[in-house]
Amino acid sequence: MSNALFSEAPPPMPDATRDALADAFLKILPAESVLRNDEELLPYESDGLAVYQQKPPLVVLPDTVEQVQSILRTCSEHNVPVVARGAGTGLSGGALPLADGIVLGMAKFNSIVNIDEKARTAIVQPGVRNLAISEAASDYNLYYAPDPSSQIACTIGGNVAENSGGVHCLKYGLTVHNVLQVKAVTMDGDLVTFGSTAPDVAGFDLLGVLHGSEGMLAVTVEITVKLLPKPATTRLLMAAFDSVDNAGDAVAAIIGSGVIPAGLEMMDNPAIIAAEAFAKCGYPTDAQALFLCELDGTTEEVTDQMEKVEKIIRQNNVTTLHIAADETERMLLWKGRKSAFPAVGRLSPDYYCIDGTIPRRHLSTVLQKMNEWSEDYKLRIANVFHAGDGNLHPLILFDANIEGELERTEELGGKILELCVEVGGTITGEHGVGMEKINQMCVQFGSNEITQFHALKNAFDPQALLNPGKAIPTLNRCAEFGALHVHHGQLPHPELERF
Amino acid sequence: MSTTDLSSSNTSADNDLTDTLQQRVTEAVEKKQPLNLRGGASKEFIGFASTATTLDVSGHTGIVSYEPTELVITARGGTTLESLNATLTQHGQMLPFEPPAFSPAATLGGTIACALSGPARPYRGATRDYVLGCRVINGHAHALRFGGEVMKNVAGYDVTRLMTGAMGTLGLLLDTSLKVLPLPEQELTLITESTAAQAIEDMQSMAGLSQPVTASAFIDGRKYIRLSGANNAITAAAKTIGGEISSSQQVWSDLREHKLEFFNSDLPLWRISVPPLTPELPLSGKCLYDWAGMQRWLFSTDDPTVIRSAVESNGGHATLYRASATLKNNAGVFQQPEASIMQLHKRIKDEFDPHGIFNPGRMYTEF
Repeated sequence: MSNALFSEAPPPMPDATRDALADAFLKILPAESVLRNDEELLPYESDGLAVYQQKPPLVVLPDTVEQVQSILRTCSEHNVPVVARGAGTGLSGGALPLADGIVLGMAKFNSIVNIDEKARTAIVQPGVRNLAISEAASDYNLYYAPDPSSQIACTIGGNVAENSGGVHCLKYGLTVHNVLQVKAVTMDGDLVTFGSTAPDVAGFDLLGVLHGSEGMLAVTVEITVKLLPKPATTRLLMAAFDSVDNAGDAVAAIIGSGVIPAGLEMMDNPAIIAAEAFAKCGYPTDAQALFLCELDGTTEEVTDQMEKVEKIIRQNNVTTLHIAADETERMLLWKGRKSAFPAVGRLSPDYYCIDGTIPRRHLSTVLQKMNEWSEDYKLRIANVFHAGDGNLHPLILFDANIEGELERTEELGGKILELCVEVGGTITGEHGVGMEKINQMCVQFGSNEITQFHALKNAFDPQALLNPGKAIPTLNRCAEFGALHVHHGQLPHPELERF
Repeated sequence: MSTTDLSSSNTSADNDLTDTLQQRVTEAVEKKQPLNLRGGASKEFIGFASTATTLDVSGHTGIVSYEPTELVITARGGTTLESLNATLTQHGQMLPFEPPAFSPAATLGGTIACALSGPARPYRGATRDYVLGCRVINGHAHALRFGGEVMKNVAGYDVTRLMTGAMGTLGLLLDTSLKVLPLPEQELTLITESTAAQAIEDMQSMAGLSQPVTASAFIDGRKYIRLSGANNAITAAAKTIGGEISSSQQVWSDLREHKLEFFNSDLPLWRISVPPLTPELPLSGKCLYDWAGMQRWLFSTDDPTVIRSAVESNGGHATLYRASATLKNNAGVFQQPEASIMQLHKRIKDEFDPHGIFNPGRMYTEF
């Protein structure tokens, strides 16, 4: 059983430990790869979730696998926690530093090692940007399918850690469906190969377990991804509706008809207005809901599916239906959706992005509830939504300079996530739990599940040194949060004191 | 919109045995009595034979929920694959990974535990690509729920994928949620005479053409390509690819179920899994190439170490699929992973099943 179960927040790293560690790292790394001055450490204080900050005592920037192995062995010997970090674009505080641990920056692992045109695979280092893989594969008419919205900046190592999705994952899957093999270093410094370029390996699916494990099981040092042929034809359709319900019905009808669109992205009225003001992409700003439906494949497949989809949409009270005339217009229509976050950012000094996923049939209930809460909390909410797979991104607009507004925002966000769980969904579809949603884990899972999660981590990392305190809450924390999922009417942790 | 009414569907009876099964596991833990988890016994031939007390889970049946417009189905472990497929077919959907049944008694639990996939695997994905969530009884006799019924879910570690293919060694699968896909409107098969070497190359390059290919195999001097989709799309693709058109898809189900004439042999049967474009291996016996050449079936009396090293040196692994107990005991069933991976397996087993209750020795003698 893991000893992390009931751990308390650790004290900061003592100066003597920090100095001793820095000396040890300087034997492994050149001086410029060991950061310890305040100004050098500043960029590492937070990841993409900037409301959480913690200055790390040390940051190391290795560029060889052997260095990573030595660093982890050193930390293992000294019992020092390690937070691995890619580009720091994560949205859940997964790469938030720890006061008593080092940050292991993997940004120097930025080479594309090999692209095999015939096998359609690419071997890349973890610090390679997601989009850079598709750019490099483009010469061979190939691409890497998962496309999280941060794809120009986020790294593939981080994508594995978060099991990142993107707008095309309904048809092409998540990171876990597109990665064939990962080489990773365990906390005791062993280099281990998970998965294979063969279709499977003997034994357990440890490659699957590594995906979405938020840097808590091993440190990824090399990734082999699957590349897909670029589709011969891609077409985009925009449909606007006077109610979210109508749009939701149309989405369900499309999927029920047997068409799996490459992308199916919905926005509500506040998000449409913001995106149109920002991107001037031709969205009807009086619509209550709008979706973009992308179809790809051979010309015949796309023609056939487009006919079907158009017919279905017309049967579902559409107010505007428009098919992008050419590639320029297709890109423009996408630009609106893809810039929804910065567009909403212009409406408000700060915004808070949520990542719940729900069974799509509960969409209107959840949106209605959010509207009510938005009024109660006096906080505006704009919604963008991966409609095909039920992944919601409500954006709560707030101003961190107004006292108490961040706290109210976090509370509202927490309520929305709990609602997602209540209707049979999850607190995170693709951004990860990290630090941000750790309390809501106690809502989604019971103490036995949480105990099993810690036990699984214990199998990989018995000292609990890889990104400890993230993603999986301690049972103490859940007891204090007071929201543990109640199974069969039994109160969770009768053994724990309540405060 | 509401969840589809299943009362009229031809499904297994709705029979939730969670409490009973939990009770049985509790007793087994108390008595330190290992269990042999059994559904339809259709895949009992895979792995090492068990000497443990059989716990029959085939009575734990029923479709818990199914919402066709969300492409998600949840069913109990004892539900037969046959009834699950029947329900999906009624709604024009399917299990995209085309799992082999090997018997009408095959259950969903066994399907997930063995993680076998059919001919569509290189194109649509494997069992592990379609599991969304599960409920399991672990070795503490706790009923746990992981993942969920939504397609995107990164809360907590992916225990569902860990259970998929673990052959019941980590827990008893109570129910599983799966992503399903629409059945293709039409299918056709293209047949061409070929050599193995040429077929391996052609099948791999074809999958790079963005054509609606959903299966490819090389069997006894002929290359078979399956196209799936709308009529216009597959007709056009058939012209591009070429070959003799067959409207019968029997070859694919026979291949999946090992009912082709090729499989009539009493020699040891090996399953070989290799990276794309792996050439013909210098092994004796007869070989069939599925999955664009990445999954091969080999009847051979070659020395198991010769077979394994030939496969391993090409980056793959070989499973002794059907063979005598003696040969399995001598040669092992599954390829032995490297030491660090085996160490992880043992530790994970300890963390899920500390008393060694579930299917001990079924996969590896080590646990």
